[in-house]
Amino acid sequence: MRHVISVHDLSVEQIKDVLDRAEGMLPIARGEAVNDCLRGKVLGSIFFEPSTRTRLSFETAMNRLGGGVIGFAGTEATSVVKGETLADTIRMVSGYADAVVLRHPREGAAKLATEFSGVPILNAGDGAGQHPTQTLLDLFTIRQEMGRLEGLNISLVGDLRYGRTVHSLAFALSKFGNTINLVSPEGLEMPGEVVEHLEASGQFGTACHTPEKVIANTDILYVTRIQKERFPDPVEYEKVAGKYRIDPELVSKGPDSMIVMHPLPRINEIVPEVDVMPQAKYFTQAFNGVPVRMALLSMVIGGA
Amino acid sequence: MSQKYMKVERIEHGTVIDHILPSMAFDVLRVLGLSRDKTMSILVNSHSKKGGRKDILKFEGVELSAEEANLVALVSPKATINIIVGGKVVKKFNAEAPPVVRGILTCSNPNCISNQDEPITTEFRLGKDESHRYVCTYCERDIVDLAKRVSA
Repeated sequence: MRHVISVHDLSVEQIKDVLDRAEGMLPIARGEAVNDCLRGKVLGSIFFEPSTRTRLSFETAMNRLGGGVIGFAGTEATSVVKGETLADTIRMVSGYADAVVLRHPREGAAKLATEFSGVPILNAGDGAGQHPTQTLLDLFTIRQEMGRLEGLNISLVGDLRYGRTVHSLAFALSKFGNTINLVSPEGLEMPGEVVEHLEASGQFGTACHTPEKVIANTDILYVTRIQKERFPDPVEYEKVAGKYRIDPELVSKGPDSMIVMHPLPRINEIVPEVDVMPQAKYFTQAFNGVPVRMALLSMVIGGA
Repeated sequence: MSQKYMKVERIEHGTVIDHILPSMAFDVLRVLGLSRDKTMSILVNSHSKKGGRKDILKFEGVELSAEEANLVALVSPKATINIIVGGKVVKKFNAEAPPVVRGILTCSNPNCISNQDEPITTEFRLGKDESHRYVCTYCERDIVDLAKRVSA
């Protein structure tokens, strides 16, 4: 594996390989064991957009493996404000680092970066496009909690139109054979190409506008944020957001083995009372960003 | 008394692109990017013997390569290419959609990195299904309204 750009590029075997390696990284990620396989290596971490989990977990992953991190978060103090192209920024950073992790507001930025970089590029989100390391940590969490990646009923809930996480996850889950339900407000439905792909692969379950309709048969309730800025009328937003608020009453209608996931940050779509329920796995999911990114860094830099 | 007038002169040596979708002749010209000093005839919304209407383009003194001719299929998939020598058709073939198109098109996604001031050439790949859609190599989105995405 040279670059990590899109979930579309990853085969089932490659995904399983990453997840297996991530499992082996768990004790190191928790600080219970030491591994310095990336000692002397440098990660270039360039974030043109805000990020909490992705940036910090990449940096933690690199540090846990004995490597160092350079980079920036926000472009205010960089030559980007002087009009430097992304191509030039990548040429320069790739000369300083052994791999580059990139978040950028434009779709296709990571693909462009591969053309100008002498070192591996890891896509940490490009606009509304791909965020493959998020998808891999989602799959890791599902396998960890459910013991498998196939034969599951997954309900994706929230803004399915603009949420890049759910597009990538739907594609990735369809590589394994699952049933995928789509629950979204009107106007924020899953894009046609994703639905067509699910239908063509026989993995489309139900599309509906309320989670109550699918909860009884859901193994994984994957919740995403409904962004206020998508609604011109704040009253309309409040009405819609209220219907998608996940609370203990709704969670208890699902099977006992059901888990609740969320890529975070959440605003108010999962009420805090759910956090203490055994079904709540979103903070475990956020932690899993570390072992999964450790696995990826060791593979692309360490040649493991 | 009746006399037939040809709307467009015959050509002795050159290329005739026939069966262009009606009103698409100018898009075909843009795709081909032919220089303005060539003699050409453009027939728009002509009656087709097969029924309906079509556009026709004739270029005097220009012999299109198969690669150039196939670009026509980007905007008019059923066009036929006729190579004329000495007033006769010496070669006739259908335009075939190229598997990869570099340059020529711009991505219809305004947020695609290929629409920024970066030192790259746009690239689109023909989808694997029969829908004649092109997918941007950078943002992975289908190009929408392809004829309008031809660079001037």
